[in-house]
Amino acid sequence: MYAQEVKTPSSRLRSRSDMCEQECAFQDKLDAGTKIEPKDWMPDAYRKTLVRQISQHAHSEIVGQLPEGNWITRAPTLERKAILLAKVQDEAGHGLYLYCAAETLGVSRDDMTADLLSGRAKYSSIFNYPTLTWADVGAIGWLVDGAAIMNQVPLQRCSYGPYARAMVRVCKEESFHQRQGFDIMRVLANGTEAQRAMAQDALDRWWWPSLMMFGPPDDASVHSAQSMAWGIKQDSNDELRQKFVDQTVPQSDFLGLKIPDPDLIWNDDEQHYDFGAIDWHEFYDVIAGNGPCNAERLGARCNAWSEGAWYREGLKAHSDKQRLDRKAA
Amino acid sequence: MVLADPALVGVLGLRMGDNALILGQRLSEWCGHAPVLEEDIATANIALDLIGQASNWLKLAGEVEGGGRSADDLAFLRDAREFTNVLLVEQPDPDFAHTLMRQYLFDSWHAEMLDRLVDSTEARIAEVAAKSAKEAAYHRRRSADLIVRLGDGSEESHARMQAALDALYPFAGELDQPDDCDKALAAAAIAPDLGELAGEVASARTIVFGRAGLSVPTDVPVRSGGKSGLHSEALGYLLAEMQILQRSHPGAKW
Ligand SMILES: [Fe+2]
Ligand SMILES: [Fe+2]
Repeated sequence: MYAQEVKTPSSRLRSRSDMCEQECAFQDKLDAGTKIEPKDWMPDAYRKTLVRQISQHAHSEIVGQLPEGNWITRAPTLERKAILLAKVQDEAGHGLYLYCAAETLGVSRDDMTADLLSGRAKYSSIFNYPTLTWADVGAIGWLVDGAAIMNQVPLQRCSYGPYARAMVRVCKEESFHQRQGFDIMRVLANGTEAQRAMAQDALDRWWWPSLMMFGPPDDASVHSAQSMAWGIKQDSNDELRQKFVDQTVPQSDFLGLKIPDPDLIWNDDEQHYDFGAIDWHEFYDVIAGNGPCNAERLGARCNAWSEGAWYREGLKAHSDKQRLDRKAA
Repeated sequence: MVLADPALVGVLGLRMGDNALILGQRLSEWCGHAPVLEEDIATANIALDLIGQASNWLKLAGEVEGGGRSADDLAFLRDAREFTNVLLVEQPDPDFAHTLMRQYLFDSWHAEMLDRLVDSTEARIAEVAAKSAKEAAYHRRRSADLIVRLGDGSEESHARMQAALDALYPFAGELDQPDDCDKALAAAAIAPDLGELAGEVASARTIVFGRAGLSVPTDVPVRSGGKSGLHSEALGYLLAEMQILQRSHPGAKW
């Protein structure tokens, strides 16, 4: 997802016998569904894991501005341009709420930014794919925001209060994002031959990377069990991926587009779609920094940060002067 | 050539619309690349306002023209020589200081202009202006505040803001220079007298630049031509990018 491989400090699920009294009381609270708030005691590992997850999520929103931001200047009508601007602006806003939520855990936004720019912190693999045509903007809204919703709706029930509340705001906006993406696809799929081809090509390129957004398969996600016990994660990666496939196949049929998976078939016994094998080499390769746009995306963020240094320092110098003036007065 | 009132309304709609469209387009280039997250959000927000305003003005211009051209037709299917925005708004951004300075020079005029257009004798002009006036007043408040803080900030931010002012100030004069259409619009009380407006704008700017510690260039020649379609080379590239899909898929719906 937006946080695809959140490492917990230990890959083993802690049992009650490993826990001190304080930790047992903490686990009782979680089990009773009580939200954890910034001032409450929490195990260090819980705090660290949350910081990783929330900051990865925030970084994904920030880097996620770039692939679509690419097309704002080329949007085909004034209305599409306005909708896309509003959407990309929302993503930056999501980044902002999420950084604020992470700050309640005692990390600063500047430190998190430094981790992103140095490559220490991760962001979702999906944003390392290029947006080559206008249809990619549609496909991202439909599939990428669609997958994001699937993951973020349960996070509204996350055990950490500030994160859960940030997710409530974010989810409202994400459904608008998905609708606008689907609407772009609908118009293209019913348009000229070139537009239909553009829509199909976008689905062909974004389908598999979208499935990878849910993270590694359950048998390879060593950190999930602890995150689930902590109420940071509600559903397994494979469960969410399956839900996403089941939701999306009928939408693709409605559009008259073909999902690029020869093994995709309705399974009547299981009441879900069976789908083909995901190329996990590609996923790990993109995560490791070798995706088609990793260098461009991180490069763009590094450049924005360094080119903007004078601006940030200028504002700080001004407020320092004002403070001195007030003191002198 | 003296245009009749209805055609004049179209000229004004087109000029206001083109200014908003081209500036909105320039601003939206920053999306995801601004100096801080808050600026990414604010810049997109202002671009969004301007694109919305452009749609309203261009729609009006199309209606007045009566040839069935929509706002999109006017935005995406005209060539550079037919655009009537002032040169200021099409100027590229070598750094964010230029972006902010261009914005303030425009906002300080735009907000004042819209305030007057709200009282236009032409109801359709007054109506579109009323929709935009509040947004423009907010844009001006915001850009004026940043001009002051960065002008009176660090040594580097001061130097960059001064360089941007020196580079862009010659283009601001075009907003104040009435041509025959502007004069006829003022005579019909459809639009304000630009010379008079210029005086008010200049005194507001003097206060802001004074607080920012920036010196306003004196005796600089005015760079103009945009209103009559004589643009800088930069506009051609901007339009090539903006119009690509409409131009390469004629007649397609999006
Ligand atoms: Fe988002
Ligand atoms: Fe989104």
